[in-house]
Amino acid sequence: MNRFWSVLFLLVPVLGIASVLMAMYGVAPLESAWLPKSLSQAGDTIDQLFNGIHLLAAFILAGTVFTIGWALWRFSDRGNSDAKALYITHNTKLEITWTVIPALILVFLAFFQMKSWAENKMNRPTVTVDGVSSFKPPMVMVKAKRFGWEFYYAGDDGIVETEDDIFVENLLVLPAGEEIVLQMESRDVIHSFYVPELRLKQDIVPGMTQFVWFNAREEKEIEIMCTELCGWGHYMMKADLNFVSRAEFDAWIADQKSAYSPEFKKAAEPTASLRTTNVLPSAELLGAAQTAVGIEN
Amino acid sequence: MAEASVENSIAPDRKGNAVSRFVWTYVFATDHKVIGLQFLFSSLIWFFVGGFLALAVRWQLAWPWSDMPIFGHMLFAESGGQMSPGFYNMLFTMHATIMIFFVIIPILAGAFGNYLIPLMVGAEDMAFPRLNMLSYWFMWPAFACIILSFFMPEYGASAGWTSYPPLSVFQGDAQSLWLLAMVFVGISSMMGSINYLTTIIQMRAPGMTMFRMPMTVWGMFITAIMQAFALPVLTAALLMQLSDRLLMTGFFLPENIAVNNGVATSGGGQVLLWQHLFWFYSHPAVYIMILPAMGMVSDIISCFSRKPLFGYRPMVYSITAIAGLGFIVWGHHMFISGMNHTLAMSFMVSTMLIALPSGIKVFNWIGTLWGGKLQLTTPMLFCVGFVSMFVIGGLSGIVMSAPPVDIVIHDTYYIVAHLHYVLFASSVLGVLGAIYFWFPKMFGRMMNERLGKIHFFLTFIFLNGTFFPMHFLSRMPRRVADPYIYEGLKDLLPLNQFMTICAIGMGLTQLIFVANFFGSMFFGAKAGRNPWNANTLEWTTASPPPHGNFDVQPIVRRGPYEYSHPDTECDFFPQTKTS
Repeated sequence: MNRFWSVLFLLVPVLGIASVLMAMYGVAPLESAWLPKSLSQAGDTIDQLFNGIHLLAAFILAGTVFTIGWALWRFSDRGNSDAKALYITHNTKLEITWTVIPALILVFLAFFQMKSWAENKMNRPTVTVDGVSSFKPPMVMVKAKRFGWEFYYAGDDGIVETEDDIFVENLLVLPAGEEIVLQMESRDVIHSFYVPELRLKQDIVPGMTQFVWFNAREEKEIEIMCTELCGWGHYMMKADLNFVSRAEFDAWIADQKSAYSPEFKKAAEPTASLRTTNVLPSAELLGAAQTAVGIEN
Repeated sequence: MAEASVENSIAPDRKGNAVSRFVWTYVFATDHKVIGLQFLFSSLIWFFVGGFLALAVRWQLAWPWSDMPIFGHMLFAESGGQMSPGFYNMLFTMHATIMIFFVIIPILAGAFGNYLIPLMVGAEDMAFPRLNMLSYWFMWPAFACIILSFFMPEYGASAGWTSYPPLSVFQGDAQSLWLLAMVFVGISSMMGSINYLTTIIQMRAPGMTMFRMPMTVWGMFITAIMQAFALPVLTAALLMQLSDRLLMTGFFLPENIAVNNGVATSGGGQVLLWQHLFWFYSHPAVYIMILPAMGMVSDIISCFSRKPLFGYRPMVYSITAIAGLGFIVWGHHMFISGMNHTLAMSFMVSTMLIALPSGIKVFNWIGTLWGGKLQLTTPMLFCVGFVSMFVIGGLSGIVMSAPPVDIVIHDTYYIVAHLHYVLFASSVLGVLGAIYFWFPKMFGRMMNERLGKIHFFLTFIFLNGTFFPMHFLSRMPRRVADPYIYEGLKDLLPLNQFMTICAIGMGLTQLIFVANFFGSMFFGAKAGRNPWNANTLEWTTASPPPHGNFDVQPIVRRGPYEYSHPDTECDFFPQTKTS
């Protein structure tokens, strides 16, 4: 019976590591689990860290839990009922060893990942005009609200939050292969902007302005998820994100401009109530906006 | 329960009829053992309530919008038994709230802290018995608030157990009850921790130096210090949110957010302030929920290895280090919250540092097993389960302490996997092991070993079946009522169904424990004073111990881990035994 329990504990590292490796290298039945294929260079770097730390963790899991299972197999009392347990109270050298080696590994990890964090969250892209370097202006202003996404594209002036912004709801179309900056604000509660394929997530906090940037290398249709609980309709707060070629993007923007008028924008101003929990504000508002500009569904 | 101890625990002037005797003994008890059992029973009842809520969450994730069994038709008659999205938000909010504040913290600090501290340090009771009684009774207003909140229009608070404003400020009245309940729980914990600290510092038996205390007492001691320092911050934050809700202040509300058909009238507050205050308590709370279990597991593993705890002092220092570092890592819950991104780097370093003392503990537990004469009893199996599951939970903690990786896995099921490996697969397994270990002391009878081992085996299998696959859902956001609304998540449905089936199995397995617990209480084999041949002081007195705990004042002559000492005949050497 003692052998039975040691096998049970030995199964933990065996199955655990097997399934981690299966997910990492796309082996059935876990081939589609874990993360979708990365769409950006920054995402690749995060994937390398993700996989690297998991391999390290799998190695440590194997070492420790295998030792536990082996100790159970070897030292459970069957067969040596006369023998006494070893009387060992401590071993300072061992303690120092298993403190210093993990410490070195962790220090390495800590420094190794700083660059990736800085690229993703701190080094906002810049542009240099006439020798003067400044932050790259955002292409789209994202306004998160219960329970939908508003996107305001910079109009001809190239600046968001001006009169000529182009408004689109729950659909973000962007050119692939270009560095894009988004500015994000919330109209009501905290939301979070999550695109798994871009390895991109940022909370959008009311009263604060956030910037995110990315460069998608392929044309692809993916989704934006809200990952911060924002109320009863949190689960349906999604938007489509389409990466298209530059030419398609220009044509699409031109289409939006022609459909665009000041009345549309006015009707889209939010008046949603936070306490009204049975109506989806975005659908209601979109209907009002469509009526205002005379669009039939 | 032995009649003798009941008789002894009544003051002479309170000997009346049976009813008043029962009330004074079990309801208004000042005996630390009765208070410990009160905490134990109320926590176990809430454990089943919280478990039901978890199963309802799993039901929705496996078969979304289908008829919920049993409760569906009672609550949602008009939709034919299908839960509403708001109800789903209530389910995970209340599951977490109940499991954290009504189960794990009270069962560790309240039940085992109360029961074991005076017995293990050789004191006749807590330093402040009446304060102790009050600390249990402050749980009841909290229970009342939470029970009442289930009958509010939204069926309870639904802003998540983290209650981030502004959402929580604009929730219905159930949220106010939730906040009040948390204030009461905090007051209860505060009174408990003051009592534990005073008892441990002032009332140790002669010879019981700090470094002769069992690890259980060390775990409780450090936990009490953490609670005493962290709780005031949480209480202040709770009252601030309550005042934002009821008095129209704006601690957590910025200007110009759309509220109630207009712009919020108050403002000028900071949304992130709540997150800082909340996590300043709630990250230490993570360690409050595991350090006592680590202490108990250390004692149990040493006892059933028949071998001294390997590296007693490093174990004490590492608990202290975990507690100290625990106060400077709260920002790792906020890497992508919009907090200054530079701060993430310093929180990352302190978070990684905490892996060191945690690793030291694991290595020392393995060192204790190595070369021992292992007895694989039920409590031992649960404790070895604790160690191996804690390794998984700790390692996934290192993965997410890396901020770039956390960008991907923050607020996804990966986090849910991690926290359940630490809180359920570690803390709860440790608690179950401790119940099997100290049950003979509490009730004078042994629990059934065969049922205990079946309970362990099924729990161990099902918990891994439920929680391990969650690691692979690192693109599925948590707190989403219907993830399959996203094209990219539709393929995760079969995996979710598998996890739900395992979760239901795990829930049913706990019925074996209930049967064993109550069956053994009445029909178990008589235990005697020291059924496990353990060294610590609680095993030198009767089972269950009488009022006042010890027949004679215990004199402590050695540390608690002198198992298989070369100079002794038998393989244990109680702390009080004269050589």
